[in-house]
Amino acid sequence: MSQKDSPSAVTGTPSVPPDRGVPEEQPRWRRDFPIDWAEDDYVSRRELVKFIVLTSGAFAVGQVWIALRGFFGHREVATGRVPVAGVDEMEVGSAKTFEYPKGSSPRLLIRTGPRAFVAYDQQCTHLQCPVVPAVAEGKLHCPCHNGWFDLQSGRPLSGPPRRSLPRVSLDVVDGTVYATGVENSES
Amino acid sequence: MPVPEKLEFFVDPGRCIGCQSCIQACTECDTHKGQSMIQLDFIDRAGSTQTVPVVCMHCDSPTCAEVCPADAIKRTEDGVVQTARKPRCIACNNCVLACPFGVPKMSTKMNLMMKCDMCYDRTSVGLKPMCASVCPSQALAFGTREEMARLRPNAKPINTFQFGAQTIRTKVNVMVPKDGPDEHVDVTAAMYEPAIGHDILDDVFGEEQS
Repeated sequence: MSQKDSPSAVTGTPSVPPDRGVPEEQPRWRRDFPIDWAEDDYVSRRELVKFIVLTSGAFAVGQVWIALRGFFGHREVATGRVPVAGVDEMEVGSAKTFEYPKGSSPRLLIRTGPRAFVAYDQQCTHLQCPVVPAVAEGKLHCPCHNGWFDLQSGRPLSGPPRRSLPRVSLDVVDGTVYATGVENSES
Repeated sequence: MPVPEKLEFFVDPGRCIGCQSCIQACTECDTHKGQSMIQLDFIDRAGSTQTVPVVCMHCDSPTCAEVCPADAIKRTEDGVVQTARKPRCIACNNCVLACPFGVPKMSTKMNLMMKCDMCYDRTSVGLKPMCASVCPSQALAFGTREEMARLRPNAKPINTFQFGAQTIRTKVNVMVPKDGPDEHVDVTAAMYEPAIGHDILDDVFGEEQS
């Protein structure tokens, strides 16, 4: 079937100008405002304004949501009661890593005194380097960028980290240390 | 996905029985629920029962898009002239006045021009348009060219239209008598002929009969 008598010649071809002339001889505005869908990359003012308003609206709502979560969100996530270590197996000043809950990033359990235990997330809140306990100085040290945390509270003391280490709440019963929950660090 | 090239739309106004099934079917479509994009025109309501279903002919040179000041009407590469882009349409009615086939209609309630897009959601996946799938007399038919030749041996499809000096080819075909001499439909040729059943000319342009 030749092009002439095939109506599907209309299919798969670009649109034709009203004078049925060649595209090269058409005025410039015809290329600026094409009828063909594929060549149309013009963004109307209305579409642009819509995009800007919706995007900045989404950012604003996101900020409000983050703020609300900070004020009212649960700080502590309880994931059950898990035995971590026996009191007798750890000397004062020693540390041990554990996972809580199972499969989490490593947590650090430190015996700071005869009856005192603390546990934190081992990842520095700056760039996730593992922190090293410096029990004698009452601090936790991140060697990557020389960050320091308070051993008792987990709050940042100096160096790049600005947020506290997430704290694992503990319970000591009958000579065994149990992990009972994780407190999210404040932003 | 483009409309398959083998499948074509054939309109045969002579078969139309005016049942309005196409309008109902078009209204049912999910993309424009409650709003029909097809119209049923009465040729001469006082003198004849003849009706004509008006679907978009999907011109290769769409006048509606040519006159659109808001750049809202676009033609996809498979030759389907889409309905007005909603964010762009400014409801100026230019396309309604310009279309030689009288297809676009303004929805003043929505400030939007809505016209037949050949059920692009259906035809682009190989389904029939809503109207063609319900038409009981197949005045609106959607299928292959061979199928049409087999079912309608006395008719041939034509898709070239002459409006004065302007030629327009369309994606949609009109069925005309097979033995007719016409290679195209001369739309304006009958402008100065009295309508069927009328003795005198309804001279809408107020011109002398030549």
